[in-house]
Amino acid sequence: MRKGLSFFNVVSLALGFAFLYVPIVLLVIYSFNGSRLVAVWGGFSTRWYRSLLANQQLLDAAWVTLRVAFASATLATILGTLAAIALVRMGRFPGRTLFAGLIYAPIVMPEVITGLSLLLLFVALDLERGFWTVMLAHLSFTLCFVAVVVQARLVSFDRSIEEAAMDLGAPPLTTFFSITLPIIAPAVTAGFLLAFTLSLDDVVIASFTTGPGATTLPIRIYSQVRLGVTPEINAVCSVFIAAVTLVVIVASWVTKRDAFGRERAAQLAAQA
Amino acid sequence: MSLATKTPKSLGALRRTFAPWSDPASRPLIRFEKITKRFGDVTAISELSLDIYEREFFALLGPSGCGKTTLMRLVAGFEEPDEGRVLLAGEDLAGVPPHRRPVNMMFQSYALFPHMNVWNNVAFGLKQEGLARAEIAARVEDMLQLVDLAGYERRKSDQLSGGQRQRVALARALVKRPRVLLLDEPLAALDKKLREETQLELMHLQQKLGTTFVIVTHDQEEAMTMADRIAVMEGGRLVQVAAPAEIYEQPNCRYVAAFVGDVNLIEAKVAAIAGSETALVSGSFPSTIRVGQRVDARAGDTVWLALRPEKMRISLAAPAEANANAAQGVVHDIAYLGDFSIYHVRLADGTLLRAAQPNLTRLVERPIGWDDKVYLSWMPDAGVVLSR
Amino acid sequence: MARSRQNPGRFLVLLVPYLWLGFFFLAPFLIVLKISLSHDVIAQPPYAPLLDLTQGWQGLKNFFSQLDFSNYALLASDTLYLDSYLQSLRIAAVSTLILLIVGYPIAYAMARAPERLRALLVMAVILPFWTSFLIRIYAWMGILSRGGFLSQLLLYLGLIDQPVEILYTNAAVYIGIVYSYLPFMVLPLYATLEKMDHALLEAASDLGARPIAAFWRVTFPLSLPGVIAGSLLCFIPAVGEFIIPDLMGGSETLMIGKTLWTEFSVNRSWTVSSAVAVVLLAVLIAPILIYQRAEVRSLEAR
Repeated sequence: MRKGLSFFNVVSLALGFAFLYVPIVLLVIYSFNGSRLVAVWGGFSTRWYRSLLANQQLLDAAWVTLRVAFASATLATILGTLAAIALVRMGRFPGRTLFAGLIYAPIVMPEVITGLSLLLLFVALDLERGFWTVMLAHLSFTLCFVAVVVQARLVSFDRSIEEAAMDLGAPPLTTFFSITLPIIAPAVTAGFLLAFTLSLDDVVIASFTTGPGATTLPIRIYSQVRLGVTPEINAVCSVFIAAVTLVVIVASWVTKRDAFGRERAAQLAAQA
Repeated sequence: MSLATKTPKSLGALRRTFAPWSDPASRPLIRFEKITKRFGDVTAISELSLDIYEREFFALLGPSGCGKTTLMRLVAGFEEPDEGRVLLAGEDLAGVPPHRRPVNMMFQSYALFPHMNVWNNVAFGLKQEGLARAEIAARVEDMLQLVDLAGYERRKSDQLSGGQRQRVALARALVKRPRVLLLDEPLAALDKKLREETQLELMHLQQKLGTTFVIVTHDQEEAMTMADRIAVMEGGRLVQVAAPAEIYEQPNCRYVAAFVGDVNLIEAKVAAIAGSETALVSGSFPSTIRVGQRVDARAGDTVWLALRPEKMRISLAAPAEANANAAQGVVHDIAYLGDFSIYHVRLADGTLLRAAQPNLTRLVERPIGWDDKVYLSWMPDAGVVLSR
Repeated sequence: MARSRQNPGRFLVLLVPYLWLGFFFLAPFLIVLKISLSHDVIAQPPYAPLLDLTQGWQGLKNFFSQLDFSNYALLASDTLYLDSYLQSLRIAAVSTLILLIVGYPIAYAMARAPERLRALLVMAVILPFWTSFLIRIYAWMGILSRGGFLSQLLLYLGLIDQPVEILYTNAAVYIGIVYSYLPFMVLPLYATLEKMDHALLEAASDLGARPIAAFWRVTFPLSLPGVIAGSLLCFIPAVGEFIIPDLMGGSETLMIGKTLWTEFSVNRSWTVSSAVAVVLLAVLIAPILIYQRAEVRSLEAR
């Protein structure tokens, strides 16, 4: 059995990725459709993008969504990283099973349950629903995802590096900030991006926990989509996809460049 | 301690006279006082007491699980003893966290900081001390020169070879001028050639800086070559603590005799003790064995005679010396090692003994071959009698 | 770490997330439970009784005596709810199975790919996930609608002679769930398969096993942890899925997430929707615990 891709493997990959990407490609194509009807191609046109810029409602919702995502993701990253450290480094403390449960359960919990329960909490606390409640709701469920991502990195972390730092005179807190954190930074960043995306994307929980003046873009899109497919939505989605793709390409280009340079140097060292 | 200390004329001259452990007036640098350490149900170290002196190159030798690494971590501060005390220069280290101990460690995996280059790795410890920038730079440069890494300052650890990484780890620890340097299996990851070079380098470095080195290893060759004294450990206890020559030639029990080097262990009974000689009887040998030492046992006690293969002579003709011990056997196997040949000889009662002979000539065909009838002989003082 | 060095800072690291999760995750469930035992009123908030702690012990007793199970009785009596639960479980289970069949070859191929390509492939699987979930469902709506891409394609290929609408059927829901959850199945599978020692397959082959046999007797059993993790990661949330059945399902698609939402926003009954949530949670508690135990066990294995 040789390693490498068989014909079946290649076909699986091709079909799989086609399945994943064709709908997105079609979406982008149709955003340039001059006609309103999906069935009819009305020529290439950017009218939907232009009307998008004039649609204040959508633009407001986009701005709210970005603010919520940024705030909740930042706080979720901090809390999630703390949770991951507690889970991995604290050994078997009493209450650990419950703690682990509190971290893993929200990941699989259906959003309707999470959304409803958080709304009822806010009502019981008599909190006015709006930007802050959505932010708190997103923060609370995305921190678990951050915890899982960071925890995976911490588990494979070489503790002897931390011991070396302490041996050389760095107290525990200094060790964490100057040694541990820089090394797990990629995982923490991945956690942040994950939390950001989840917040940006969320419809159900936001619907339950938002209030007047804090309508998010997904909620807007959702209410319009229920009425049917419109090309303006296509335009919004295409812009979104373009933005995300750009960020991902830039991010991986940056890390790849760094990795390439280091790989070359490692090769040189091996020959030395 | 200035690095400009004059290198002594010869390593040997210095080492021959160095034996603080036998000087009643000298005080140990590290003292383990009745240390016990448990991990759950397992007792890793059991009522262990040991003294290590300043400027010693000390080796903790033993198989994995014997407790040697735990002992080292007790000095570094990564473990605290359940019972007993660890003293450094007379001061109890209990409760002192690792970052405040004047002890540094070279980790087995080197544990270099992957996100820092060589210079920053080495400077890290000095920065924690809060020294001035200029002084840090001077000391780092000096140390990199000393370990032969000048010019590598900007490299990151994945751009270095294994041997270079080790030198960075060494430099990083030594630049802080610790009182004790702990080395965890320092040569385990190196190939044979590199290992030999590094052994000598470590010894020279230790002499030059005068730091106390404590290495942990399972490789007895490593310990024998580098250490001033070796502590052989087993099951959380010290079995024997002595200089390499003493460990090798005067082991205090079968475990030590077998652990270090190759040895023939022959079970025998004490027949008689007269003057400075002892006579042993064994089923493997037709006549009484004469041992040139006064054994601390009584007639009838079971003892073991430990004979190193290189102390045994093998010949086709009976030995000429009158007082030599001798036995007859058949050559069962020969291991040719280039510089030595090891003959496995089977005696009449089935016992297999090994005798090692240097290949002094360049003959390809040797006079003694398989299935030859041979005589094994050794002098009365060639072996050690062990009572346990 | 030595006992003598437990500094208080370490407890904060644990305490802050613990309290946060306890307050924002655990406590709300208790509130949901309580409200499921209440009845609706026209008021703000639209349920009674309210817990009034100022009345002390008597207030607590009053509170508990007013709770009742009428909402649960409603759930039990009306077949709509039972049907919703059952259909949700069925749809989620079938979707998970489809996800496994579709996702396993993809994950397997990714694990066999050359080292350099793997990071790229992982990125390619995750990228659609970064783009909005809603957007991708919306894209499928366009494809599956009466005049949509799929219909046009089939017409063009001559497989059908009239435009077909797959949207607003259960089939569309299956497609939607499989499409959205695919990364959640592929990535855990890939993680497990990638770690597998290739020498095991070579040993099997050396001992005379043909490729198919080697797969079923060596590869698949060893990938079981990934299969379980991926399956649970898809099944559990799929049971409570709401957006997909709402946008892509038809009138005969009864999923419990949709039912809950309808109770809440259309019928405006917070109490019944809470009861629905409690029962849903009870149904899912076993798989959730299995998932959590599996994750913690793999965490401690290292």
